[in-house]
Amino acid sequence: MHDPNAVTLVEARDLSAGYGTSVVLEDVEFDLRSGERMAVLGPNGGGKSTLFRLLLGELEPFAGELVRNTAAAFVPQTERSRLDYPVSALDVALMGTLSRLPWWRPNGRRERRFAREALGRVGLAELADVQFGELSGGQRQRVLVARALVQDAPILFLDEPFVGVDRPSEELLEQLFADLAEEGRGIMVATHDIEQTYRYDRVLCLNTRQVALGPPVQTLGRDVLETTYGGAIVTLPGEGRPAAILPPHHH
Amino acid sequence: MVHALLHPLADPFMRRALLELLLLGVAGSLVGCWVLLYELAYSTESLAHALFPGLVVAALLGLPLLAGGAVGVLAAAIAIAFVGRIPLVERDTGVAVVITSLFGLGVVLALSPSSPPGLESLLFGDLLGVTRGDLVISGVLVAATGAAVVTLHRPLLVAGFDRGSAGAFGAKPFLVDAALLVLIAVGVLVGVQALGNLLVISLLVGPAAAARQLVDRLPAMMGLATVFAWTSAIAGLYASYYLDIAAGAAVAAATVAMFLIAALVGVLRDT
Repeated sequence: MHDPNAVTLVEARDLSAGYGTSVVLEDVEFDLRSGERMAVLGPNGGGKSTLFRLLLGELEPFAGELVRNTAAAFVPQTERSRLDYPVSALDVALMGTLSRLPWWRPNGRRERRFAREALGRVGLAELADVQFGELSGGQRQRVLVARALVQDAPILFLDEPFVGVDRPSEELLEQLFADLAEEGRGIMVATHDIEQTYRYDRVLCLNTRQVALGPPVQTLGRDVLETTYGGAIVTLPGEGRPAAILPPHHH
Repeated sequence: MVHALLHPLADPFMRRALLELLLLGVAGSLVGCWVLLYELAYSTESLAHALFPGLVVAALLGLPLLAGGAVGVLAAAIAIAFVGRIPLVERDTGVAVVITSLFGLGVVLALSPSSPPGLESLLFGDLLGVTRGDLVISGVLVAATGAAVVTLHRPLLVAGFDRGSAGAFGAKPFLVDAALLVLIAVGVLVGVQALGNLLVISLLVGPAAAARQLVDRLPAMMGLATVFAWTSAIAGLYASYYLDIAAGAAVAAATVAMFLIAALVGVLRDT
């Protein structure tokens, strides 16, 4: 993120948004640069998914300014995809071509090779022809990441990609995100796992409004975490870092 | 045996009926797979009923059935939207009321003593009355449907897989739905001539549902559904010929039998 050649991919200024007349997210102000990995931390209902909908252009902001300078790939929450659908892992990865190739053109050999390579990058080359619904939760999540790789965009948004993912899958994905950032892509990962955010360059804390933004170690103090989660923070002995959240008035 | 198989086909009207069913089998299977994946089987049946008065009016005025069907669908959509605005009327109640009313209106028009005879064939089809001209129209519509299914394959696949995030992948669910609706309407219109408004749903849903019991890839599902549709067509026509029962109804019954066999095979295979 200190790369002087980094370019700004996303710029949000004084952003607020919601549904109908109710505001669910406000005071959001950040920029995402090429080569940067940013975690978006917050509780369920804190506005993470709303922010992604704004970034993907599916939701218009109530106020403020949001500029996205280039195409974005997306990894939605895996439980939203259908398990009864008659498609293989390769078929799902190939769905990523729709945002690049004209919709009426059938996928060719080139697209298939690209999709197989993407499945290889997430460690699923062997399972390309397995029915999507028959894969484990972690494998399905990796297929959705492969689909985003096939979209081949300078920006990658991931909504809670580690939910239901086993440890090896998680490490593989983390390494992949590091590699993608190295290639100059900007990555935003929504998570509600505090520990996870320490692996990222910056963390954006949301709880219906922007609580904080900055490098995790400097940013994630007790106050910020309490405001983000609306609860009290417990520090485990010997850890040094805030490690657990208690609901308000628990103690 | 050979004689028993060839004898029915000695009549030109039987050959035309068979050809019409084979064409319809292709369109019904291709569109039918998407109908199932989008969980639109019931909507498809409603659509078939909703465009019925349009078909009758078109037939009365001597206009193309396609135009009548299109106007019928549009009228139904507007009526459903309108009824949906009445307080305390649930959406599916509105659909049920509108579809039943429109269908009833169509039946009154079709069976009125002042209407020319033959309009009841729009209800039950006139499989053995298929003309060369009908075959040409069906051929063109089936070719167009096939081309559309190939062209729309990627957007249909993406929007059906995860509707909520389809926009992020370049699919517009609203447009995809509209395109699928047009495909279904064309499928219904192709089938009305042969099977009638009431039985056309059997070829749009039956073969695809049977194929779904046995295969787990879309292209295989479409191929197998077509084979099932053709088998049902042949079995239904022969049953109609030798048992002296209505041809359209026999074909519809054959698709149901095909589905039951496929479901049984699927269950036995998975246990």
